[in-house]
Amino acid sequence: MPRWLAHTIVVFLFAALIALAFSRVNYAWNWTGVWEYRQKFVQGFGVTVGISVAALVASTLIGVLAAVLLEAKNPLLEAVGRVYVEVIRGTPLLVQLLIGFYVVASAVGLENRYVVGVLVLALFSGAYMAEIFRGGLAAIPQTQRDSARAIGLTPWQSFRLVILPQAVRLVLPAVAGQFVSLIKDSSLLSVIAVSEFTLAAQEVNSFTYSTLESYLPLAAGYLLLTLPLSAVSRLLERRFRYEA
Amino acid sequence: MNLEISGLVQRFGTTTVLDRLELGTGDVRSLVLVGPSGGGKSTLLRILAGLDVPVAGSVAFDGVALPRDEPSLRTYRRTVGTVFQAYNLFPHLTAMDNLLLPLVQVHGLSEPEARARVREPLERFGLANHAHKRPAELSGGQKQRIAILRALVVQPRRLFLDEPTSALDPEMTAEVLEMIGELKDLGTQFVLVTHEMAFARRVADLMAFVGDGRVLAHGPPGEIIDHCDVPRVRSFFARILP
Repeated sequence: MPRWLAHTIVVFLFAALIALAFSRVNYAWNWTGVWEYRQKFVQGFGVTVGISVAALVASTLIGVLAAVLLEAKNPLLEAVGRVYVEVIRGTPLLVQLLIGFYVVASAVGLENRYVVGVLVLALFSGAYMAEIFRGGLAAIPQTQRDSARAIGLTPWQSFRLVILPQAVRLVLPAVAGQFVSLIKDSSLLSVIAVSEFTLAAQEVNSFTYSTLESYLPLAAGYLLLTLPLSAVSRLLERRFRYEA
Repeated sequence: MNLEISGLVQRFGTTTVLDRLELGTGDVRSLVLVGPSGGGKSTLLRILAGLDVPVAGSVAFDGVALPRDEPSLRTYRRTVGTVFQAYNLFPHLTAMDNLLLPLVQVHGLSEPEARARVREPLERFGLANHAHKRPAELSGGQKQRIAILRALVVQPRRLFLDEPTSALDPEMTAEVLEMIGELKDLGTQFVLVTHEMAFARRVADLMAFVGDGRVLAHGPPGEIIDHCDVPRVRSFFARILP
């Protein structure tokens, strides 16, 4: 059976199950109320896309920097990386957002909640990225580094030509997964009143009292972002495979 | 090559792996290092290949001492070739790209010049049809032979081979040993660490038994394998030879 057919069948069955569940709930659907607020959804979606892209880029850079720190020979540098990773991974994003915005940002005089939101999100995701990158680098056999040195490559050449290409292939699935998580985690920025997609749905719900009609589009909207990301990741994985 | 090693000491943490090792080879083309695991053979080879710096002692090839600073060692490494037991080739590149990489990136050849240089060796060793493949598509023996070629095409002064067949099955081992034998006939200088005693006997101009961090015996292979009067060496061969 071709893969697209199998996927279509399973999605169809899944949707049928959901529809069946909904049909038994006796829910009075009211899409018109929500439809009036469609502009709000669109704007919120745009904000979510903007936050996600900014945080994706920033968290990748932070992750690389932290991974370098984690592998540093200097104990102080390694400690900075390790404490950062453990504290950020071990505490809820919600708490980090609240402290980040209401305590730290206020203290430094940073008032723009969008900037703070992106920064906190990037620092949050960066901690996970750091461990992903570190694990990827560690998984490359030492002989690869030896071979690179043995043929006379400089450290930068070794990294650029030998280590990095292999590390990218190793971490690609995990990084894609982290990107998907980040997009959904961006919904939490609503607690510091960033007008992103989830807050929009919450507000529409409070205006129309049409809960399912507010939140189902929300789910669809996030899928619209995450599905292409997964697809691109799988495409890249196939292209980068070591076998032809 | 004329290899002179004096007072060589190597430590990893608190463990002393090479303990004031001494060796003088005279003028030989091939040196084979044998001995028990953990005895120091690979550690010694890595120092000779310019990959590690010893804690103390001196190494000189043909009267020229090995440098101790990394930039000079890098320059030295560019004049020699090293092949490890496994995972030599870069898996994200084809065999051909693996061969071209050092020529283009390190030795400054243009890609057409590099391709021209690798063509004949690839054909001579029967690997021309496999050059477009990635390492994952090659057998263990083919991978090791490509790795040896990669070390060869930069026209090194000498090769260092660290148990090149230890990860291979008997048939592929034979394939790789045949290639090394051919290289010996062509006059290539090399230092080989191996457990393949029959092969060592055939290709070694000089054999050195490395155990407990020192050279316990050295001489023509037949002498070391068959009539060595150092008890440690005799018991090693008594145990491993059929």
